[in-house]
Amino acid sequence: MDLINLEEIRKTYLLGEVSLPVLKGISLRIARGEYIALMGASGSGKSTLMNILGCLDKPTSGRYWLDGEEISQLTPDQRAVIRSRKIGFVFQNFNLLKRTSALNQVMMPLAYSPDNVSEAEARVRAAELLERVGLGDRMHHEPSQLSGGQQQRVAIARALVNRPPLLFADEPTGNLDSRTSVEIMRMFEKLNQEEGITIIVVTHATDVAEHASRTIRIRDGIIEAGAFSAEGDGPPPLATVLRNEEGAFARPL
Amino acid sequence: MRFAKTLRFALRALQSNIMRSALTCVGIIIGIAAVIAMMEIGNGVTALNQKAIASLGANSLMVQPGMAASGGVSFGAGSTVTLTPQDCDAILRECPAVRAAAPVVGANSQIVYGSRNWVPMSIVGTTPDYLDVRQWPLDDGACFTDQDVRNMSKVCLIGQTLKRELFDNTNPIGKELRLGNVSVRVLGVVGSKGANMFGRDQDDVVIAPWTTIKYRVSGKTSGVSSAQAPANSASGSTSTAVNTLNNPYPSSGVQLYPAPSPTQAADTPQPIRFTNVNQILTAADSPEEIPAAMKQITALLRERHRIPAGVAEDFTINDMTELMNTFSKTTQLIGNLLMIVAAISLVVGGVGIMNIMLVSVTERTHEIGLRMAVGARSFDILGQFLTEAVILCLLGGATGIFLGRGISILVRLLMRWPTEISIPAIVAAVVVSATVGLVFGYYPAWKASKLDPIEALRFE
Repeated sequence: MDLINLEEIRKTYLLGEVSLPVLKGISLRIARGEYIALMGASGSGKSTLMNILGCLDKPTSGRYWLDGEEISQLTPDQRAVIRSRKIGFVFQNFNLLKRTSALNQVMMPLAYSPDNVSEAEARVRAAELLERVGLGDRMHHEPSQLSGGQQQRVAIARALVNRPPLLFADEPTGNLDSRTSVEIMRMFEKLNQEEGITIIVVTHATDVAEHASRTIRIRDGIIEAGAFSAEGDGPPPLATVLRNEEGAFARPL
Repeated sequence: MRFAKTLRFALRALQSNIMRSALTCVGIIIGIAAVIAMMEIGNGVTALNQKAIASLGANSLMVQPGMAASGGVSFGAGSTVTLTPQDCDAILRECPAVRAAAPVVGANSQIVYGSRNWVPMSIVGTTPDYLDVRQWPLDDGACFTDQDVRNMSKVCLIGQTLKRELFDNTNPIGKELRLGNVSVRVLGVVGSKGANMFGRDQDDVVIAPWTTIKYRVSGKTSGVSSAQAPANSASGSTSTAVNTLNNPYPSSGVQLYPAPSPTQAADTPQPIRFTNVNQILTAADSPEEIPAAMKQITALLRERHRIPAGVAEDFTINDMTELMNTFSKTTQLIGNLLMIVAAISLVVGGVGIMNIMLVSVTERTHEIGLRMAVGARSFDILGQFLTEAVILCLLGGATGIFLGRGISILVRLLMRWPTEISIPAIVAAVVVSATVGLVFGYYPAWKASKLDPIEALRFE
């Protein structure tokens, strides 16, 4: 089954009397374990689509199934629960909390998790994830003491702490130099291949998009290319199977 | 579990901006400190008040002569002479609720000792019972006796102020001083009572047998009344009682003249000399007995003064509880006033908290957006900011309690006002500060919880 299925999603903003259609009927499908690049010029509706896909915003019309659940008309609090369970976010500007240690940054989403993770367990999970993104020795550093690449890795660990099946990255390398960018992209690739996490990278850099298995292009609120995978509804990549194995998360990236 | 996390987030947030958190608290600190200090000082003042009234004589009742009126013109309380020493004896004898009673006669005179002179605040002529009624212990020496009262002995007790002013704190006992034109011997010194509630120095006093004061010092003669006036049973009463001059020589066994029959007495009205006193001071057995004592005294004196039913009494009884009530009312009034001031400062403090919380919400919009993006519900955000506000207020409240206690201790040390710790005030302070936090923290917290995560994340 598809992880994401969008049907005729429309989003229209009302600016006073003028209605401004941003998404004009978007339908797409993303299978579990895919690595998608979402590309488009600014003003194309790329960000709006990402907000809707990321469950941060509600479409004006159309239907959205995420992991088999129809979620296009949920209340903000219900969407918060979905985000907590299913979606991890990595942002261009890292969005770390000021004056907070890496460990606490990573633990933070667990505090809002509906399945009450205990403090001790949260600590263990966060430490493990930091270890895996290669920051085992910097757990108690604050963002101001970390480089850009390290900050982004903390952000990735934070996105993964709820064990979501879907990871969103909004221009994840936008603020990084090319060498660190490659590192981060490699990390995404590994996550995708070894753990079967579905990754959607929003970018306008073609070299970032090249890492992806499929590129969805959006232009003027309409999908130009890549709405459906080439094989149609073929079998999911091998990675999906691996993801469900015991201890898959423990493997270093 | 969830609450523990919220608490931790709130504490971390407050810690990360500790200076601002402290300044935010100041309003609450001042408000709570004001409440605590005022309550404690108010309690102290009340206690002082009660002590002052108690020093007038616990459970005291003052019986004073009533007013005279002529053709509708009243001469005010005490303008008649209706109280006699016999009334005093009768009260003590016949009113079970009265523990002690003493007549009081006043005078105003100069005292001379050696090269020094002084005009005491009060010269009290009374009986030895006076010290009991006033609960006034002797500091030194001995009190005069009932015998001295009968004999108009030229003796007295003096207060601490006189001892200091006239005798330079040397032992005055046995010394002779001149009271008006009469030389009196000091028998004892009464203990220090300090100022009364009106600030009058109660130690500036001479206490002597009332007969001495009345007949030797003030030299005023008694009121004279004709036989038609209430005969007051004074004429006929036996003189076993102490405070009577009607029969100063009890050993009169022989009747020189035959006793007149009632008819003869009515036919030949003789001026009867009877003695009056300025007031009678009585003490009830306990504060609870005061109403009973008042009732008994009223009934007794009405009977003795032959006042028919329906006619106003020729005396008044003042009790100290009335005075006490008036005073506690005044204290309460002042307390309420101070509470209003404190409440205003609490509101100002609360608005300060709201203000800072609003700034903080705006400043942390980005953080709120992030927390929402990773799954925080609006309830979580509301809870976090509300917790922050309440913690701020509680911390402020705790500091305020200590500050308030400090102020009240300072007042006690510097201004010599007694203060008393007030547990209800502390409990109220904690409750009030938490409430202020909830009330004034709610709006900013609600505002934060209603942010849109996309907008918030975009906000710089």
